[in-house]
Amino acid sequence: MSIIANFQIPYTQFLDHTGDVVQPLPEFALDCENLTPLYRAMVENRTFDAKAIALQRTGRMGTYASSLGQEAIGVGIGSIMREDDILVPSYREYGAQFWRGVRMKEILLYWSGDERSNNFENQKTDLPICVTIGAHPAHAVGVAYALKLRGKNQVAVCTLGDGATSKGDFYEAINAAGVWNLPLVFVVSNNQFAISIRYEQQTAAKTIAQKAIAAGFAGEQIDGNDVIAVRHSVDQALQKARRGGGPTLIEAITYRMSDHTTADDASRYRSKEELSEQWAYEPISRLRNYLIKKEAWTKDEEDTLIKNSAAIVQEEVDEYLNTPPREPSSMFDHLYENLPAAYAEQQAELMEKGSAHV
Amino acid sequence: MSEITLVEAINQALTYEMAHDPGVIVLGEDVGANGGVFRATLGLQEKFGEDRVLDTPLSEVLIGAMSIGMSVMKLRPVAEIQFSGFLYSNLDHIINHASRMRNRTQGRLSCPMVIRSPSGGGIHAPEHHSESPEAMFAHIPGIRVVIPSSPLRAYRLLLAAIRDPDPVIFLEPTRLYRLFKQEVPDNGKAELLDVCLTIREGRDITLVSWGAMMNEVQIAAETLSEEGIEAEIIDVATIKPLDMETILNSVAKTGRCVIVHEAPRSAGFGAEIAANLAEHALLSLFAPVCRVTGYDAVMPLARLEKSYIPSVEKIINAVKKTIAFA
Repeated sequence: MSIIANFQIPYTQFLDHTGDVVQPLPEFALDCENLTPLYRAMVENRTFDAKAIALQRTGRMGTYASSLGQEAIGVGIGSIMREDDILVPSYREYGAQFWRGVRMKEILLYWSGDERSNNFENQKTDLPICVTIGAHPAHAVGVAYALKLRGKNQVAVCTLGDGATSKGDFYEAINAAGVWNLPLVFVVSNNQFAISIRYEQQTAAKTIAQKAIAAGFAGEQIDGNDVIAVRHSVDQALQKARRGGGPTLIEAITYRMSDHTTADDASRYRSKEELSEQWAYEPISRLRNYLIKKEAWTKDEEDTLIKNSAAIVQEEVDEYLNTPPREPSSMFDHLYENLPAAYAEQQAELMEKGSAHV
Repeated sequence: MSEITLVEAINQALTYEMAHDPGVIVLGEDVGANGGVFRATLGLQEKFGEDRVLDTPLSEVLIGAMSIGMSVMKLRPVAEIQFSGFLYSNLDHIINHASRMRNRTQGRLSCPMVIRSPSGGGIHAPEHHSESPEAMFAHIPGIRVVIPSSPLRAYRLLLAAIRDPDPVIFLEPTRLYRLFKQEVPDNGKAELLDVCLTIREGRDITLVSWGAMMNEVQIAAETLSEEGIEAEIIDVATIKPLDMETILNSVAKTGRCVIVHEAPRSAGFGAEIAANLAEHALLSLFAPVCRVTGYDAVMPLARLEKSYIPSVEKIINAVKKTIAFA
């Protein structure tokens, strides 16, 4: 017998959960000026998250999927993608979306049930959130194929969760990404839960990263709560893709601190103790500790950030709350580019009755 | 000009459009060097290269799903699913994404993509190779469902489908692929979508059909003509959205309607046409609307498929019965 294939899955962490440096930092992280924007973005993300849940709890918004505890992944990705790259997101990477120009108001509008939310004012090319789990990695293959054909060294970044990696579509997507050596970075937020289903129930594989090996390209694991690791690994993967080096799968280990959505009650399947232990590992305090140790962050700055974040979020919330629902007849406005004559009568019916439910 | 078959007309349309629009990408299983299992994509890879004529892994979900990503990026993918029986795994992507990307983003993104797939029975193919699933697709808001019934219409409808800014499911009747030839000028002229085509005028009865059954319907009409019954024939061509106006105008003239399709009867697309006639044409009708369809049974394997597919005689009998009613 001889061995014909071997593989290894590297794991990357720069800051441990206390904010201590565990290995030499990548160059961008040597200057704390480069880290404070990441810190600010994560705090804004968390402030937004808390407000969104409050809106839902007070009946002013529909079901919401929180990103609590996972802020480093979205922010790390968003901060390093090129403007003309394409994000193909799942629904917990608001940090990446915000960084790329999606407005908080738009995310709120989306979860309130309004299609206008996805007509992003300041981001015209990224895909909207994909609700059907694991479908969009295969869309991302098409996006990346188009980018490769275009030849401008653009890369598609697809974010997904651990649950999505159990879907057939995911395997079809990574398989094809490997075959065509596409400029495509998959970032799996392994937050340990698919609603109530834990990692061990999802797969017997030791890592999700190793699934990329089966598709013929590199997979790696990172501490998804270390924003430096996220940004660094995504940066490396993007550079590789731009050089024609093909796809990468990054498994970012994190923990879903929230319920699955506001419609879920995680206390049915996980203990308070388990959750409270996880507060020691979340991404924001470790970076704050590090910045404070480096004397790059003060209490005044923290106070100002908290105040400013609340103000930024509130402004977006106000705009969201002041957005009237769209006209009922508008459900036909973008069904097709030009509404076929066959449906004109139905649209006219809605126009005639307006908002009346008759 | 030489005459060509329907499958050659498909190839001619793909070749024309790939030559005129660099955004058109053909993808699917065996579409490259092999030219497709029916040879619809013959020679395309040689002409347009491997980047634009793309052999995919054996991965039907991927084919539909990546077409979404490509079309969002403003390419014009024309995907081939080898048989419509293998198209069902794509329903998630067609229903949940392709059909609604434009609406979901309020026009910011859209999916101008075509999924071509052979459908229907009559060629003695194995299981899952002979169904007529058009009604399932016709129920999905936001897409078009187009079915050609001759080489000329295949060429013109496919060009229209590729140029259409929204997703099109293009079902090609395998039974007609090589059944007859026609002159098809390669002039890039597209047919209008969303309209029924009246291909024979007649005063006595309206025959409404599409796809492969148009063959039996036309033979039936010629036979009936010899007996003095003049049938008007409407090829629906675009199943969704349905041009009911053309059908209603015809029925207003003839007062009788027989709808012919190969797919199962219950909730078949004929039911939609019949319901519209009941709503809008009741006072022009001399006789009940009649459906001649496949059975509500699983499409039998090859040895029994002839017993399943409506015959010319069955159509003639339905017409005579309808005319005899009043």
